[in-house]
Amino acid sequence: MAEPVLSIRNLCKSFGALKATDDVSLDLHPGEIHALIGPNGAGKSTLIHQIAGTLKHNSGSIHFMGRDVSALGVSHRAQLGLGRTFQISSLTPEFSALRNVMLAVQANQGSSFRFWKPVMTDASLKDTARDMLGRVGLLDRADIPSAELSHGERRQLEIAIALALGPKAFLLDEPMAGMGPEGSKRLTAFLDTLRHEAPILLIEHDMDAVFALADRISVLVYGRIIATGTVDDIRRNPLVREAYLGESV
Amino acid sequence: MADRERLVNIALALIVPACAVAAHGMGEPFYVTLATRIAILALAAVGLNLALGLGGLVSFGHAAFFGIGGYAAGIFATHAFNQTPLLTAPVMILATNQMPVIWLVSAVVAGLAALLIGLISLRTSGVYFIMITLAFAQMIYYFAISWPAYGGEDGLSITMRNGFPGVNTLNPLSFFLIAYGLLLLALFAFSRLRDSRFGAALQATRQNEVRVASIGIRPLRIRLVAFILSGMITAIAGALFADLNRFVGPSMLSWSMSGELIVLIILGGTGRLFGPVAGAILFVLFEFALGGLTEHWQLFLGLILLAVVLFGRGGLIGLLAGKVRHG
Repeated sequence: MAEPVLSIRNLCKSFGALKATDDVSLDLHPGEIHALIGPNGAGKSTLIHQIAGTLKHNSGSIHFMGRDVSALGVSHRAQLGLGRTFQISSLTPEFSALRNVMLAVQANQGSSFRFWKPVMTDASLKDTARDMLGRVGLLDRADIPSAELSHGERRQLEIAIALALGPKAFLLDEPMAGMGPEGSKRLTAFLDTLRHEAPILLIEHDMDAVFALADRISVLVYGRIIATGTVDDIRRNPLVREAYLGESV
Repeated sequence: MADRERLVNIALALIVPACAVAAHGMGEPFYVTLATRIAILALAAVGLNLALGLGGLVSFGHAAFFGIGGYAAGIFATHAFNQTPLLTAPVMILATNQMPVIWLVSAVVAGLAALLIGLISLRTSGVYFIMITLAFAQMIYYFAISWPAYGGEDGLSITMRNGFPGVNTLNPLSFFLIAYGLLLLALFAFSRLRDSRFGAALQATRQNEVRVASIGIRPLRIRLVAFILSGMITAIAGALFADLNRFVGPSMLSWSMSGELIVLIILGGTGRLFGPVAGAILFVLFEFALGGLTEHWQLFLGLILLAVVLFGRGGLIGLLAGKVRHG
């Protein structure tokens, strides 16, 4: 099998006596969607924060693109190609949808220290950003300030921003949250094609989406991964049924 | 709305020189000096507006940069007048009384100071940032007070206003035009920078630092460069201010000077291109009109400031031209 894009080994993180991340190991391979599921408070977001670099882990290692990124900050990891979306939409509220994406294109081009040329006349930024908005179906809302977008539209904008970074791996934190059945269905179809651009580590509560998309699933309970396997493995696993899925499967 | 703001800006850009020229024509140099004071304070505030308005960096220490510019003008003027060198060892540096050189020196020294202050203070945010910038400015303030070579507590009088190639700077209108020309240049540079890639990153950093970091832009670098540019512009204004008053003293470095610059921007409209100009006009007119009636004019200024903060966040520009819209 090819080198994993993202490889986490024996990761631990404690807050006082609470072990939020307890000896977690996890790989993300090229072309796959790896879903991370678990009940509320299992430590999914804490894990995402450590991968993205907003939290420092206590021990263990995180390798991204074959490189140990443990000591690198958030922006450095993003530059290496980690495209993250936030569980709660995190945008620049005064900027239009288009300018939000243009900023990501600009970041991807690696050129924020240009002081004279107006961005709005910069076709290389504008056209790419419009392409990305078109791909997530948000082009007709390009000029609306992101603070005025609906919840679902902000989720789409989050994805467009991640796309604009041309990432080597996507880190999607509950992209379906609050989207409604129609929106979720469309996004599921979209993510299915996205995996060919870059592998996806998907944190998601929507089990229909997870079972439809995931090549592999890891189940996180109280900071520990209790099982990793294919959709069928996870459905059959008695530990998982007991701890998480209950009788609903 | 953008068109209306443009009209307001043009009106503000014309009103100050119109008043200065009219006052000069009527033989009222005092009012020309008042207009010059407006232009210089506006220039200082354009600098601060870059950090505060676009970057959200509430620097309570910009008097440091203002004063550095002022002392540069004062020190150069003194040495040039006495015909003594600035420095004898290790190399001989002669003083000049030419403003462009003094502005350059002011900007470079203030830029270096801003680099050092920014590297430390920009690691904090909110109230801590305000307090650390204040602390640095106070350090420089007390340094100036305890430096007897250049006047110490008494400050430094500038016997001869510094010169400008081909212009008689002692003529009040000529000096006004120099200050006003620099203000227009700074406003033009501010507008280009605001709409540039750097400006986009800076404004985004103010709105959502985590977002900016997560797309791979380092907020600290963006802020540091903005803080340095901001300090450099304010320092040039400081040099002009010393030349205007023909005096520089520790008061130019005081915390109340920093506060005045912030007040100016809030009155005019935070982050707006002509906010500093509108604010400087209001501030100087209040100072002049109310200051003539009562020495407690700042009480009334405080009340007006309170009203702006409570009811009209956009300041005067916001009142005249409406809310800001980003393209």
